[in-house]
Amino acid sequence: MNLSKFLVTTTALTLSAGIASSQDMTIVSWGGAYSKSQLKAYHEPYSEKTGVNIINDDSSAEAVAKLRAMNEANNVTWDVVDVVAADAMRLCDEGLALEIDHDTQLAPAPDGTSASEDFGELIVSDCFIPQIVYSTTFGYRTDLVGDTAPTSVCAVFDLENYPGKRSLEKRPINNMEWALLCDGVAKDEVYNVLETSEGQDRALAKLDTIKDSVVWWSAGADTPQLLADGEVIMGSTYNGRLFSVIEEQKQPVAMLWDAQVFDLDGWIIPAGLSAERQKRALDYIYFATDTQRLADQAKYISYGPARASSAPLVGKHADLGIDMAPHMPTDPNNAKNTFLYNYEFWADYRDDIDAKFQAWLAQ
Amino acid sequence: MLDYSEKYSMEVADGTPLKKSLARSLRKEKLRALALIAPLLIFVLVTFVLPIGTMLTRSIDNSIVEEILPRTVLALEDWNEKGDELPNEMVFRSFVEDFQDAIADKNHTKIGSRLNYEVSGMSSLFRKSARKVKKWDLTDNAPIKQKLIEVNKAWGDVETWAVIKTHSVALTNGYFLNAVDMQRTPFGAQAQPENKQVLVKLFIRTLKMSLIITGMCILLGYPVAWLLANLSNRTSNLLLILVLLPFWTSLLVRTSAWKVMLQNQGVINDLLVWIGLITEGSRLEIINNQFGTIVAMTHILLPFMILPMYSVMKTIPPSYLRAAKSLGATNWTAFWRVYFPQSVPGIGAGSILVFILAIGYYITPEIVGGTDGIFISNRIAYHISSSLNWGLASALGAILLGVVLLLYWVYDKIVGIDNVKLG
Repeated sequence: MNLSKFLVTTTALTLSAGIASSQDMTIVSWGGAYSKSQLKAYHEPYSEKTGVNIINDDSSAEAVAKLRAMNEANNVTWDVVDVVAADAMRLCDEGLALEIDHDTQLAPAPDGTSASEDFGELIVSDCFIPQIVYSTTFGYRTDLVGDTAPTSVCAVFDLENYPGKRSLEKRPINNMEWALLCDGVAKDEVYNVLETSEGQDRALAKLDTIKDSVVWWSAGADTPQLLADGEVIMGSTYNGRLFSVIEEQKQPVAMLWDAQVFDLDGWIIPAGLSAERQKRALDYIYFATDTQRLADQAKYISYGPARASSAPLVGKHADLGIDMAPHMPTDPNNAKNTFLYNYEFWADYRDDIDAKFQAWLAQ
Repeated sequence: MLDYSEKYSMEVADGTPLKKSLARSLRKEKLRALALIAPLLIFVLVTFVLPIGTMLTRSIDNSIVEEILPRTVLALEDWNEKGDELPNEMVFRSFVEDFQDAIADKNHTKIGSRLNYEVSGMSSLFRKSARKVKKWDLTDNAPIKQKLIEVNKAWGDVETWAVIKTHSVALTNGYFLNAVDMQRTPFGAQAQPENKQVLVKLFIRTLKMSLIITGMCILLGYPVAWLLANLSNRTSNLLLILVLLPFWTSLLVRTSAWKVMLQNQGVINDLLVWIGLITEGSRLEIINNQFGTIVAMTHILLPFMILPMYSVMKTIPPSYLRAAKSLGATNWTAFWRVYFPQSVPGIGAGSILVFILAIGYYITPEIVGGTDGIFISNRIAYHISSSLNWGLASALGAILLGVVLLLYWVYDKIVGIDNVKLG
């Protein structure tokens, strides 16, 4: 076999391995309990309805880098991708995600309200189709924090009354805000202060007071494990993870909803799909983000549906049979004091503040 | 005048000179050999050299600015970025022309993210300004400069334009400067502000800790390899399985197991408290720091040290030791003067393997390293998958590669690369 023939054959083999059958659709998500909730609420009913075979890929944590690489290689193998809003914005900025016309391409609410009104301010980017509202918040060990349970996020910075280790995420986002808040900065001033170099130093100085007592995490599952082992007395993570520690595993842990930071997670469709695949992806999105479907997902995981019209439809947990509404981050009792992740701010300052944060960590 | 060899050249049967005929058949041999290794060669080129090569070119490639803002880059040439005067109307007009083209091609946010690596705020400056500039009609003669500054006052800062000009060259040293805690400025290369310097520190730490880990592996691995080579076949096979067992276990499982062992409420601390060596209040901090990283990585990399050592020791005839002893050497002398020098090639091979694997590690340091146990590879991973600053990641990778090659060269000079054996 001569060389060119050899190359042609191997290339053809590689390509045919990469092309899925026309009835397959690859959906990328985070894995674990979250993917399971999507499987139950979206994938299974959709496959039943259309016969499309859905392939799960748990690559959302690396989605932006991988999509960029796929785009450069001109071979995008994903059809629908679940990402956090900040990543959706970056994918949109880089031209890697499809721009969506939310009103024509998504289902209206049952009462006829247009999709863009139903999602409201949660549409933070032209490419982003919101799915859930989740929050990053603290949980604490009820048996290890002494007689007075913490009620404020500043307990994290209070080593005198709450001695012991606490776990924080190994990145500046959220930690800097909480530090400033507990250093006496008013809530609506936080980002104005954080914009300045002095403000950043101030936040780091506040974090410095507890640096020796912090265990830093990088995976969402770390804090639940650290809490269950008694390694830390309190720690931040995603509210759904804490829900499962408290309600499913029955650990002596309680939620500290104070100053929880809301964030959004949702879908994007990669740019550069063939017309046929794009059409199918849009069809899936139309189905999976209607009012009932979003409310269904909350049966399996304690994240709030992104549509206003879904909230009244949230029912009981599919296995535990408990009411899900009080466990939603958006429940009025939990949402007395909240932050919304400031996408614009962090898109601008993430590189700069991260460098400072890492330098501070390494000291 | 003909020289000697041509005058008296030998010929083969068909009349061609022997030299030519020999060269021809040799060439044929070489081509056949080449054809045989061609699949492997092509495979290595296509899947290894090519991707790594293109990735490394990103560390100097900066054509994006020139491509998206060609007229602006040209117009900025005459402007003095070191002064405190804004560029003239011409520059502003060319910029808005470029900007409108970029918006039409949806490229404007790309340039925003690129420049945001250098100065915070560029990302939203480009994204937000686009919404207004998109609709402008450039045929009327209104002063563009004033209009643009009204859209966002950052356009009225000399710094904004200085950043564009400083980073408009197609081939830049900016990423490499960033990789060693410096930055490209209008006034040449300058050090980063002190509170952002972390990368050089991480490079040094990576090398230092990799050396410690290699040393620990030699200390722990040598006796094990010696046992393996000198015990009866039956026992040594059993031991070998114990050495190989970790190979068959997932890296993540092994690392997590160390977490369970070493953490504050973990097995080791519990045991020490139980036997009364330490009190409940003084549990040892042996994870989420350098110590944890060294312990976990030594364990994970140990087989890479033991196996080459073992295969070299296996070839050392035991009769040498006996001969040394029968000539009056003590046990120690016999080992140190006769056995050890023969086992050095195994130590060399193991050390190179362990050291090179260690400096590229990032999963284990990320999980058990806390803050002072992380490596430079953790930053490379961050810039590849989170910040998307692939230029900086490539520059860091290129430096790491350079350091490895340099150390390899030093090793060759000191120990000699011929003195390395895998068996």
